[in-house]
Amino acid sequence: MDGRLSNKWRVTVNESKFVESALQSELRVDGRGLYDYRKLTIKFGKEYGSSEVQLGQTHVMAFVTAQLVQPYKDRPNEGSFSIFTEFSPMADPSFEPVHPGESAVELGRIIDRALRESRVVDTESLCVFAGKLVWNLVDAANIAALAALLTFRRPDCTVGGENSQEVIIHPPEEREPLPLIIHHLPIAFTFGFFNKGSILVMDPTVVEEAVMSGRMTVTVNANGDICAIQKPGEEGVNQSVILHCLRLASSRAAATTKIIREAVEAYNRERSSQKVIRHHTLAKSEVLGPIEVV
Amino acid sequence: MEYVNPEGLRLDGRRFNEMRQIVAEVGVVSKADGSAVFEMGNTKVIAAVYGPREIQNKSQQKKNDHAVVLCEYSMAQFSTGDRRRQKFDRRSTELSLVIRQTMEACILTELMPHSQIDIFLQVLQADGGTRSACINAATLALADAGIPMRDLAVSCSAGYLNSTPLLDLNYVEDSAGGADVTVGILPKLDKVTLLQMDAKLPMETFETVFALASEGCKAIAERIREVLQENTKQLEYRRAA
Repeated sequence: MDGRLSNKWRVTVNESKFVESALQSELRVDGRGLYDYRKLTIKFGKEYGSSEVQLGQTHVMAFVTAQLVQPYKDRPNEGSFSIFTEFSPMADPSFEPVHPGESAVELGRIIDRALRESRVVDTESLCVFAGKLVWNLVDAANIAALAALLTFRRPDCTVGGENSQEVIIHPPEEREPLPLIIHHLPIAFTFGFFNKGSILVMDPTVVEEAVMSGRMTVTVNANGDICAIQKPGEEGVNQSVILHCLRLASSRAAATTKIIREAVEAYNRERSSQKVIRHHTLAKSEVLGPIEVV
Repeated sequence: MEYVNPEGLRLDGRRFNEMRQIVAEVGVVSKADGSAVFEMGNTKVIAAVYGPREIQNKSQQKKNDHAVVLCEYSMAQFSTGDRRRQKFDRRSTELSLVIRQTMEACILTELMPHSQIDIFLQVLQADGGTRSACINAATLALADAGIPMRDLAVSCSAGYLNSTPLLDLNYVEDSAGGADVTVGILPKLDKVTLLQMDAKLPMETFETVFALASEGCKAIAERIREVLQENTKQLEYRRAA
């Protein structure tokens, strides 16, 4: 976490000792096992491309927008894709308003790396620019878990990128908005290292994050490919521990992907059923009209 | 595009496991407590270290009984072909953070309470692998400043192009869109402190690329040790004269 903020919340010595000694006997303060993930729920907004994810006590909101811009000179046939992160001070007093902290920048970069560099979105199919605006509201959350959230959150806000062949933007009433082409779903998992790298914990909470000596975020997809890794310095660990983390993460990826896919499917089903009802009522009124005249 | 030709040579004539030429020198900024220039082929980085000195801004102190390490990474306007627009973008903020935390892990901060150490890094020429070069330069500068360290933190990158793992990518290879793994290790303790990766790689391939980068780190560590020993010999010689 960003240590430079003046109003940063600090753990007390007692609290950090408690967390550490509990971990020695493989216990975590919130009662989870060492490699357990917190409960994940996904909700969608009314509009296309907005979502809200909850991982334990961490809430994140994501929103996707698209806009037509000129392509980069060196890549004329590709759209571009950018990610913005914002920490609201409402979520945690250590988040400073206006100025994005180092951690916010790092978070953005991790997601950026996971999603863009591993070519999740088919940029060539975007004759339009898809700018991602991500707005976060974090409730006593750790950045790493946040990163995890945002990462898997984003791909399923599969938005209506406009169907533009001749730079004509069809309004959604005229033509059904097209979903983005998503190649795979990279999912981020964060590990915390305690006690000089000898204790490994998955999905640390904010208290654990303040106590731990090192952190690593691994982004993997369900096919077992590694999409991004971020271990920004801090405590050194053995190579075998890193490879162990990678294996743990890829074994979890399938389950999380399933949760996301199911949530998206449920959402799509609901949306299409809403449309059916609208058509139905319209047809009824047309039929009723002439009858009344008679 | 072909990055490795059938003879197994890369665009700049290196083999897959060959590093670029390393040139390193310490004591290049006379005002600083410690400084170094580190070159890897066409990548050139200058590092200056000030401290340990009294803490300037008390709020920066995280733990009372440890020294504070601050780090600033910046790229010179002339370091790349096209002129760089802003000085502090998202990339350099992230790199400053990553380099700071890597150096923090190797400095014995508990020996210097109530003090701060500043590391300034400037990229003079950028041709891929600037973050590795910065870490190596910072290590040299810290050693030059006489700051106690656990080990020499060294870093090296490796990539994967044309189904070949490649050591120490240059700019052209780096921007080819293949995977890029940057590893930072403490060679004597055999611990990995920094690990960054992007693009997509299957697990087994990652392991080979990771191993290659670690090998590179060890080779760099040896070179850095030589440079420091040579410097110490020079100092000894001058004192005797």
